[in-house]
Amino acid sequence: MRSLDPTEKAIINGLQGGFPLTQRPYRDAGAKLGLSEGEMIEEIGNLIAGGQLSRFGPLWNAEALGGAVCLAAIAVPPERFEEVAGLVNAHPEIAHNYERDHELNMWFVVSAEDPARIAQVIAEIERETGLRVRAMPKTREFFVGFRVEV
Amino acid sequence: MLDAIDRKLIAATQAGLPLVAEPYRALADQLNLDEAGVINRLTRLLEEGAIRRIGAIPNHYALGTTANGMSVWDIADEAVADIGARVGALDFVTHCYERPRHLPLWPYNLFAMVHGRTRDEVRAKVAEIAVLVGPAARAHEVLFSTRILKKTGLRIAA
Repeated sequence: MRSLDPTEKAIINGLQGGFPLTQRPYRDAGAKLGLSEGEMIEEIGNLIAGGQLSRFGPLWNAEALGGAVCLAAIAVPPERFEEVAGLVNAHPEIAHNYERDHELNMWFVVSAEDPARIAQVIAEIERETGLRVRAMPKTREFFVGFRVEV
Repeated sequence: MLDAIDRKLIAATQAGLPLVAEPYRALADQLNLDEAGVINRLTRLLEEGAIRRIGAIPNHYALGTTANGMSVWDIADEAVADIGARVGALDFVTHCYERPRHLPLWPYNLFAMVHGRTRDEVRAKVAEIAVLVGPAARAHEVLFSTRILKKTGLRIAA
């Protein structure tokens, strides 16, 4: 991993939100960071090409787009872990799946445009694996000022 | 709710904004809209929460924040709204949700995701949360991710 220069750090730390909705947003955002419009465009392009940024633009909220999302967890017997991971991941509705160090050791996110699909997918996984899936839909979301400091 | 033009706008910006001096005009040209229309729609979608934010979307792993701790807390139901708001306001908490318990295996109803460069850094941040929460937390744990088994992005069809 190469180290970031001060300009790159300023962009990552200073622009994780609030990008202007103006005709010349790179110019306006750059003015606050002491960068020209051309430098902003070039630096952001380099951070994307280098992989430090996944992308630059709007972060869409999957649920507000009409779909549904549900976190779920399974306590998988260790000797069945790879087999169960394969069965779970085979569903296109599974966006993320993580192994975590707990008795509930497999945590995944089910997402679907049709909210009714969520329960169906969970039922399919229970049938295929013979294991109980614990659905953990969020009942409340607390505001976070999301930032990664570099 | 989203209309057909909103969905076109989502599809056109899922991979990011055009890196040109007038990105909203470029989007407008691509979608047969006018620039003010694109800016007004994005402003509305941001206000409505369909867009969480606009800017740099960091790649945690490439930036070295590879430790990912899901801190989970057992908080009395009547206190969770207040505690959750205070935990979510911490600048190192990247997601904060109330979720149902699954007793007896899973007594936790508040989830706060904490990222850091190392597990020790994450543990230190979780200790800060514990101080903030105080005796309102009956128990807590941190679950580290030990492996990514699958990760795909949001896919929205136009």
